[in-house]
Amino acid sequence: MTANTLQQNPLAGLPPDGAPLPHAASTAPFEPYATEAMTPEQERVYLASQWQLMWWKFRKHKLAVISAVVIFVIYAMAAFAEFLAPYHYSTRNTDFIRAPGQQVRLFHEGAFVGPFVYPYKLHLNMENLKREYAEDRTQPQKLRFFCRGDRYDFWGLVPGNLHLVCPPDGGTFFFLGSDRLGRDMLSRILYGGRISLSIGLIGVSISFVLGVIIGGIAGYYGGRVDLVVQRVIEIVQSLPHIPLWLALASIMPPSWSPLLVYFGITVILGLMDWTGLARSVRSKLLSLREEDYVVAAQLMGAKPRRIIALHLVPGFMSHLIASATITIPRTILGETALSFLGLGLRPPITSWGVMLNEAQNINVVALYPWLLYPVVPVIVIILAFNFLGDGLRDAADPYR
Amino acid sequence: MLLRYILKRILIMIPTLLVTSALIFTVINLPEGDYFETMAAEMQAQGEKADMSRIEFLKKEYGFDKPPLERYFWWVAGLVQGDMGYSFEYQRPVRDIVGDRLLLTMIVSFATIIFTWIVAFPIGIYSATHQYSWGDYGLTFIGLIGLAVPHFLLALVFMYFANIWFGISIGGLVDPRYLNQPMSWAKLRSVLEHLWIPVIIIGAGGTAGMIRALRANLLDELQKQYYVTARAKGLPPGKALRKYPLRMSLNFFISDIGDILPSIVSGAEVVAIVLSLQTTGPLLIRALQSQDMYLAGSFLMFLSFLTVIGVLISDIALAILDPRIRLQGAATK
Repeated sequence: MTANTLQQNPLAGLPPDGAPLPHAASTAPFEPYATEAMTPEQERVYLASQWQLMWWKFRKHKLAVISAVVIFVIYAMAAFAEFLAPYHYSTRNTDFIRAPGQQVRLFHEGAFVGPFVYPYKLHLNMENLKREYAEDRTQPQKLRFFCRGDRYDFWGLVPGNLHLVCPPDGGTFFFLGSDRLGRDMLSRILYGGRISLSIGLIGVSISFVLGVIIGGIAGYYGGRVDLVVQRVIEIVQSLPHIPLWLALASIMPPSWSPLLVYFGITVILGLMDWTGLARSVRSKLLSLREEDYVVAAQLMGAKPRRIIALHLVPGFMSHLIASATITIPRTILGETALSFLGLGLRPPITSWGVMLNEAQNINVVALYPWLLYPVVPVIVIILAFNFLGDGLRDAADPYR
Repeated sequence: MLLRYILKRILIMIPTLLVTSALIFTVINLPEGDYFETMAAEMQAQGEKADMSRIEFLKKEYGFDKPPLERYFWWVAGLVQGDMGYSFEYQRPVRDIVGDRLLLTMIVSFATIIFTWIVAFPIGIYSATHQYSWGDYGLTFIGLIGLAVPHFLLALVFMYFANIWFGISIGGLVDPRYLNQPMSWAKLRSVLEHLWIPVIIIGAGGTAGMIRALRANLLDELQKQYYVTARAKGLPPGKALRKYPLRMSLNFFISDIGDILPSIVSGAEVVAIVLSLQTTGPLLIRALQSQDMYLAGSFLMFLSFLTVIGVLISDIALAILDPRIRLQGAATK
């Protein structure tokens, strides 16, 4: 009886003695790395370098990517201004002073002709002495492409006269109108971009170098040096920028050549803008210098300069680039404002600010609104740099 | 504790202002020659026999025969006593020329800050709480436009459309009738009527920056655990926002005034020139060009003083709001 009840207990289904038990755990040999096996995608992420990760993260910020493309295109256009511009920036057409933009058309009296413009007929309004331009609809003038036009020196070095588009034979082509000397606005905007855009880059390079050096010293040494540097930064930041620019710009003697003035202005703009960068370098360094690898480098006898340059700065280079991107538009705006007031660059150097200097008068806005066109690239490039900077800042810390 | 903090901040201001004054003095003195040399050259060019003895006398009178260091010392000593020096060009004390303009500059700057606050605060909160909505995108974009369009262009466009739509000329800050009259209620009203245009134009850039910063700051706070907890235990969104993250971002909001103040003063100068406001901008440029050094120097000094005071006020407000700052200020630093 007892044997019988034993037989009916839960252990009844067990295999006979000596046979292997069915086990919950696998009998396969233990593989310590098996559980951490990654899909190929994950592996790609884990093995990717920091820059690779940043690129992936940056790519997700659509607006920033578009802005990067826009910036690239605008810089490329400025680089090839000689070829893209229909005229040389100083070519005067005294018969067409302050002409409005000529529309590019494709169809003449219902028939396809290809890109052409109608020539302007000048009529002087004797009442208010305003030059009025009327299109002569009878004779279309075809535009020429990849043609020989105004002579130029490409980048001041290689002479040439090949243009993407030229005015028709015996005609004119002012796509965005002409200014008070009959110079083509489009060509001048293209040439002017070269100056305005490079000022942004050079100015930021100056403030970048200053910011890294000064911020680096303050952050690495800390203590009293840091205190002094911080006060200096506070002082420079508390100075209202434009009045000080005005003061500095008025220092430059009028006898300087326009090119020298250009460099002077760039240096001035750069000298005022390093404080933000220096501050971020400093705060980063203050936290990084406590890391073990810095102590290790110190123990091995590395000099501060080597530690800062080789070990510390590369660690937050991405942050620096992001903050530098955000300061570029400020420099461009600064140049525009200074030149607009007539204290920045001087003709014959052509920049967007110099061009806007002609639009100072309210009458200009009312009568010749196309003289304000240089503002369009200014706004576009500043917006683009801002978006790009936002994207770079998000991407700068890919591990977050 | 708070009093000690404020005292400390005011004490720090003194060396800051001293260094600033030295910087400005150097900058003003950098161009070659001085006002008297220009004057002598101009007189000769006009065919007048340059009265060298008179110029020598004037030079002596203004202390130009002394070394720059000594002149700097006298200038600063004068500034401390409220004596801003003497303008060569206008033949009058600087204070008489600029008094009214400085007041107007202060009014414009102050009104601009208030405007920036009123506009940026609600928009920043809306953008942060409705992240990635159409409202957020639209407002952020408008803000960025304000940042990207040069001040002087905004001023030109405003002038043009105000002329077309309202038929008014908006140049100037007061009605021409009140131009050379002392401050009165009627004049104040006239100023207020003209004030809104420069305020909007100058404020545009600062507002945009502030909206962006407030949005980013608030977004950070909204992700933090304490806010999630507050929401999880059933606080309605509005109350949770008011009670916690908003107070955190208020901090930064106040401290940011110190950052945007220089740009407001700068922007005011350029806009003033375009709109021909009776503020300091146009006078400053003229003074710089003619090397009227006491006029220019005292001006720049005053503008810097204005920003330093602004930073001080924002620091004090911050210390009142945030106990951590005033305690830290007393303990270490």
